[in-house]
Amino acid sequence: MDNLFWIFISSLLINNFVLTYFLGLCPFLGVSSSLETSFRLGMATTFVLIITALCAWILNTYLLIYAPYLRLVSFIVVIASTVQFIEMVIKKLSPVLFRALGIFLPLITTNCAILGLAIFATNRSYGLVEGLIYALGAGLGFTIAMVLLAGLREESELSDVPALIQGTAMNLIIAGILSMAFMGFAGLFSAV
Amino acid sequence: MTSKQIIQDGLWSNNPALVQLLGLCPLLAVSNTVATSLGLGLATVMVLGASNCLVALIRNQVDEATRLPLFILIIAGFVTCVDLAMQAWSFELHQRISLFIALIVTNCTLLGRAESFASKNPVIYSLLDGLMMGTGFLLVLLAMGFCRELLGHGTLFSQMDLLFGDTAKNWTIQFTTDGQGFLLAVLPPGAFMLMGLFLALKNIVDERLLVSARARDIQRVRIDLRTP
Repeated sequence: MDNLFWIFISSLLINNFVLTYFLGLCPFLGVSSSLETSFRLGMATTFVLIITALCAWILNTYLLIYAPYLRLVSFIVVIASTVQFIEMVIKKLSPVLFRALGIFLPLITTNCAILGLAIFATNRSYGLVEGLIYALGAGLGFTIAMVLLAGLREESELSDVPALIQGTAMNLIIAGILSMAFMGFAGLFSAV
Repeated sequence: MTSKQIIQDGLWSNNPALVQLLGLCPLLAVSNTVATSLGLGLATVMVLGASNCLVALIRNQVDEATRLPLFILIIAGFVTCVDLAMQAWSFELHQRISLFIALIVTNCTLLGRAESFASKNPVIYSLLDGLMMGTGFLLVLLAMGFCRELLGHGTLFSQMDLLFGDTAKNWTIQFTTDGQGFLLAVLPPGAFMLMGLFLALKNIVDERLLVSARARDIQRVRIDLRTP
């Protein structure tokens, strides 16, 4: 139980996917212009991450012990089809949510956080439960980082930024400061 | 579309990292040292060239609806090849950056080039485009690696033996005596900020170029007016 808790905290804060591993930067910088969409996209990504963790575990246990070289190809196929499948389900069950997510949903396929998570979970030989907790932490961590950046970006729109670093340059510097703040969490482990 | 234009596009005016902002994840994560930057950059160039080539070869046989999954499978196949080759020939380097070698698959540059260029152009141009886009990416990666290693560790070209074998062991240039540097540069925040500064630098250079181009235009108009 203790172990699971640490996996969760570590993927949520200490080893935050975006701010320390640089995974999923494209949506992090591309979509974080408003708080609301950031939150929605974060939630959708969390969902896909959890499904992927489940699929990765199934693949690892039943297919990849026989053919380890198929790892990348099979993961990417599974991720692409999962995203497609989720898209269809959401479209059927809740057209409102589907319209709100729009283009971001299919783009989750090329979010490297998803493939990164599958590979991490494999490398650390996580079991099913550990993998799921890890995915949940990573997804929520991604959401937190996105929402924080979106909030800061909305503020920086109102302030007087020099023309040369307006736009992405400014966002990257903000992300750097955020990342510095998150490094403070690294002390959590030694405190216990 | 001429070759000169393709080269210029890949290296500067449409540079995947600086202009299109694609593939930032590996760019920021691996650029700790020059050696790892070079390793990942070369791997990306190889995969991008090969995948562009193959996509251009089969571009007339591919169905519109299934093209994207097909392209991503081609890319995943080539990445697996490079991954296995690296495991065989430079195992220690692979140990360090294996995650980001695998993540070349989700580097949007590759799928982007396959979709927007290679699926519409003949093989030879697609190959050139892949190599040039890859090189543009490699150059930014090297520049980041250079700055971060210099600032963070106070060295340059350390551990190049991971790439070039034992002959490269003494290539390391030491700038500080205690081997310590400005630690922030090698940590994640440094990567974000340095990339932000790089983008700002690109903006400055572009503005200068624009100003000088305008000045040249004005000059030309004046000369035209003078010679009736």
